[in-house]
Amino acid sequence: MARTPADLVGADPDPPFEITMDGRTVTALPGQSVAAALWAAGILAWRTTRNGGRPRGAFCGIGQCYDCLATINGEPNRRACLVPARPGDAITTQEGHGRAGLGV
Amino acid sequence: MPVSVSEPYDLAVIGAGPAGLAGAVTAAEHGLTVALLDASDQVGGQFYRTPDPELRAARPEALHHDWAAFADLRARQRSGNGITHLAGHRVWTVTRGGGGTWAVHAVTGADGAGERPVCVPARALLVATGSYERQLPFPGWTLPGVVGAGGAQAMLKSGLVLPGIGAPSARAGRRARGRIVVAGSGPLLLAVASSLAAAGAKVPAVVEAAGYLRYARHPRALATNAHKMVEAVVHGSALLRHGVRLRARSAVTAVHGTGRVEAVTVSRLDRDWRPVPGTDRRIACDALAVGHGLTPQIELAVTLGCATRTTADGTSALVLDGFQETSVPGVWAAGETGGVGGARLARVEGELAAIAIAARLGGRPGPAGSGRVARLRRARSRMRSFADAMAAAHAPGSGWPTWLAGDTDVCRCEEVTAGTIREAVDDLGARDARTVKLLTRAGMGWCQGRMCGSAVSCLAAAGGAAPAPPGERRPFAEPVPLGVLASLDPPDEDRP
Ligand code: FES
Repeated sequence: MARTPADLVGADPDPPFEITMDGRTVTALPGQSVAAALWAAGILAWRTTRNGGRPRGAFCGIGQCYDCLATINGEPNRRACLVPARPGDAITTQEGHGRAGLGV
Repeated sequence: MPVSVSEPYDLAVIGAGPAGLAGAVTAAEHGLTVALLDASDQVGGQFYRTPDPELRAARPEALHHDWAAFADLRARQRSGNGITHLAGHRVWTVTRGGGGTWAVHAVTGADGAGERPVCVPARALLVATGSYERQLPFPGWTLPGVVGAGGAQAMLKSGLVLPGIGAPSARAGRRARGRIVVAGSGPLLLAVASSLAAAGAKVPAVVEAAGYLRYARHPRALATNAHKMVEAVVHGSALLRHGVRLRARSAVTAVHGTGRVEAVTVSRLDRDWRPVPGTDRRIACDALAVGHGLTPQIELAVTLGCATRTTADGTSALVLDGFQETSVPGVWAAGETGGVGGARLARVEGELAAIAIAARLGGRPGPAGSGRVARLRRARSRMRSFADAMAAAHAPGSGWPTWLAGDTDVCRCEEVTAGTIREAVDDLGARDARTVKLLTRAGMGWCQGRMCGSAVSCLAAAGGAAPAPPGERRPFAEPVPLGVLASLDPPDEDRP
């Protein structure tokens, strides 16, 4: 029986690369979104809400809910479930509006 | 191939899932030039969402049901002369162009970075935008680790990841992560649970709010849709093999944890979906995948003025004629936009629509005569009747709002609680989702009510009115950067 999703589909990607989440190193596979790479590292939250300051991460997984907004390489309000991870990306927890004004 | 506004495509298909793909390949095979627009880089839609090519999956079909049908459509799309696949095009509105054509407006480029506007002119439109998941809130549903059931499936299919898995943190101690409870209502839950289990997750329980016996009320729809039963048995036996427990007539009524999901409470429900006192059970888990069926995604068509109907489970779907045309001449629709019914029905409808469009553009009378068309129409009505039975069986019970606590967020974006919404209904007299929105900001955030719309309209109806489906009229079907709007050519279209 498959132990991982990658086993199940016989994935054979190029070697993993590194991104950072609030400075912590996370490995990502070529082809994964930022949200997928964070999930793979066991990270479920990467923003806090504007009013309650509560943690949120990916919910709908397909670009509809906007719960997965992250600051990626300094740019706030990116939907992490839609943005492909690239080597060296620096993801930082987005607080509230993302400090840099509304992007959407 | 048309390259400028002056040279329209015969047909623009919006959405490259089963309905859109079937429509595009059939139309091309009938000699039409087709623009196939889709937000994703790959065809297949959410149902046939495939791992990113860079993940080099040797067996993507291991995550899918009915893969052969998709492989066939994809092969025909790739070899089909006349289809221009506009990948990564997020359509945000459609307007009337000059000379009886349509102008499909999209943005390309990464979300929030380097987006560019594109305008695609076409003589006919096929709206195949699919659906999104319906969510009913409950205490704790905003905690990280609670994910949409469809979302868990989507992230698994495209990114090969499971929620709540990963390197165990120090706090988690020895216990391995990876227990995902699947809950909500609808046939998707069984499919989600069986793919999560096949991919290595432990699924302690599938919690279904409806009772499966409700299907027995529709013996004819069951008898004529054997393939649906086969699907259920396939998923059901996969679940048995993985030791997954199915709890029908039950719901997750609370999620526990501080920074992330640690456990859920599962309660038995009465026939109106009210929790039965004394039946609560706590199940330890690392994630919860939850969803209560699907809602047709019809904003684009509604903006064009297409008429809608209320389906058996209270959602809005497009009104379509016998050949898939909407109430607006020149606009056809197929698949979930006409009512949620699954991939097989979507393929049939896409093909039927394309045949009708080819006849119309060719100036021929309706295509009613051919044997192929008759077979497609029979298949469609058979599957539609099953879809109606299914929708009725899984329609949210009137008692689900009793799951809510006063401080439960209903609108995730604007953090509007159930208490605030009830105040608007009880004290301020709001009777519909629109009024609740104006009074409380519920549905005014980033997602524009996609996540909370169904719940808010149910809560508004608690004031006495019949629950009206949430209004699907949105200014844009996709958020568009102001820069993109500003760079549009001056409009020469007369807006509908
Ligand atoms: S998870 Fe919903 S938009 Fe990304």
